[in-house]
Amino acid sequence: MSEVFTNNFVVFVLAMFIGFEVISKVPAILHTPLMSGSNAISGITIVGAVVIAGLHRGVWSDVLGFLAVTFAMINVVGGYTVTDRMLAMFKSK
Amino acid sequence: MTGTMTLLGAATMPATAPVAAAVGGAQWVRLGITFAYLVSAALFIFGLKMMSHPRTARRGNRLSAIGMLIAIVVTLGDKDIVSWYVIAAGLIVGAVIGAFLAIRVKMTGMPQMVGMLNGFGGLASATVALAEFLRVYFDKQHDPRVDTLIAIAFSALIGMVTFTGSMIAFGKLEGWKVRGVPLSNPFLLPSHHLLSVILLLACVAVGVVVTRDYQHALWAIIVLNVLAAVLGVMVVVPIGGADMPVVISLLNSYSGLAAMTTGFALDNYCLIISGSLVGASGIILTRIMCQAMNRSLLNVVAGGFGQEITAAGATTAGDRTVRSMDAEEAAMVLEAAQKVFIIPGYGMAVAQAQHAVAELADLLRKRGVDVRFGIHPVAGRMPGHMNVLLAEANVPYDLLSDLELNSEMEQCDVALVIGANDVVNPDARRQGSQIYGMPIFDVDKARTVMVCKRSLNPGFAGIENELFFMPNTVMLFGDAKKMVTSIVSELKNR
Repeated sequence: MSEVFTNNFVVFVLAMFIGFEVISKVPAILHTPLMSGSNAISGITIVGAVVIAGLHRGVWSDVLGFLAVTFAMINVVGGYTVTDRMLAMFKSK
Repeated sequence: MTGTMTLLGAATMPATAPVAAAVGGAQWVRLGITFAYLVSAALFIFGLKMMSHPRTARRGNRLSAIGMLIAIVVTLGDKDIVSWYVIAAGLIVGAVIGAFLAIRVKMTGMPQMVGMLNGFGGLASATVALAEFLRVYFDKQHDPRVDTLIAIAFSALIGMVTFTGSMIAFGKLEGWKVRGVPLSNPFLLPSHHLLSVILLLACVAVGVVVTRDYQHALWAIIVLNVLAAVLGVMVVVPIGGADMPVVISLLNSYSGLAAMTTGFALDNYCLIISGSLVGASGIILTRIMCQAMNRSLLNVVAGGFGQEITAAGATTAGDRTVRSMDAEEAAMVLEAAQKVFIIPGYGMAVAQAQHAVAELADLLRKRGVDVRFGIHPVAGRMPGHMNVLLAEANVPYDLLSDLELNSEMEQCDVALVIGANDVVNPDARRQGSQIYGMPIFDVDKARTVMVCKRSLNPGFAGIENELFFMPNTVMLFGDAKKMVTSIVSELKNR
């Protein structure tokens, strides 16, 4: 196993722990915004998509890059917007 | 120095030797990119942390969005990027579609929306994985590491399963029908689960080909995508509508895990961290949903549960008596109460009764009645479904409670059940019952129970509800919206 993989794996395990720690404190009333908001975060894959779209190595990279950026961007913009809309509705007495 | 190099290489330079480019300015650019990604990841974590209270949640979400913006902008500085047109086109088209969907969607359509967004997240990861494969496939100079290829295969598998699974979930939630049969009904082929397992094994086999002999595996990565797409359909199709909260949570977790594996393929810490956070979030929600039904994940995923029983009078009351009331009498009883707990269920969403219910709660509160909402974790079609609907109807979140309400149930004068069934079924306390052990609202302990329901049909679990026949229960037969609206106008006329 390469050193890079080992580093990746360490980061992964620690991030899972942080995730469990932080998210178990989210109250049930916010579970839907939590899902849509975390869903927007999973759009982080856009980082990989942008690099592909900028490679310009042939039709494959242009087409796949465009599709990947588009899908991920739908995820990001849609996710954050819809979460903001929902959270704006939660009001106190 | 070597330490820093590894960190840099790991974060920004997939499949290239870090030493080659380590001269002057380029090194600082890469260092900057790495730290910016770290800032993004930290903002995601802070954002999620602020989700722990409705007061701070909105700011948390915006913080998280800023983190995403930073990540995108910084990536534009990647040394491999030579052309901007495709990036710009994708960003604009995606942003327009995403904003359009998000602004237009109604709160009642939120489960579908979340399902669809999960799907796009998975599809994006699968597409990036495919492109990464082609990148190493066409690059004859450098051999990719084995773990990179393994990550690509996993990313394709999880991403495609998430995509097609989410599309099926979307169809089920949207109420689509296939040849007159609701898609939300559980659907099982002969030896369905065996077929699914064989498909999964086939995916693994093809995945091994991808990692072992990538230079001749162009066909294999395509076959892997196709098999995974079919697998996604197979996995979600047998699961009934009532189990959707589990499916949506599970797919949410998959969309994160797909991003996480893509991070392994690209050696990008930011993707690994963010993907893991989402994965963890989905896993926690899945666990909460399963516990709330006292069923194992395997039991839910096996499916076949939650066939909607639509035939009127599928079970009869027999010779037992059921007390019923009209709106006027119900209004009188509610007015005289001091403590009223409202237990909403999916039926409230179907009847679109949330605004009427909110108005009723408001009227009663103005008359000094202590009104609280009891929301079961699995009420509705996704985690937190009822809370969003009631928040939209301007119910203050301080009134929204969960199963904790049981501790005050004995002091409750009226428990008003609207469109909920299994979550208030006292049968869950009887050993040997099909739903034994499922945490429920003990509404039968309230002085009076009002159940607003169309008929005596059993719920999704298909078992009769003893609650309806109890001496302290009165039925309010009819459409939830109409019934609650009539109670509201009765109260206003007093």
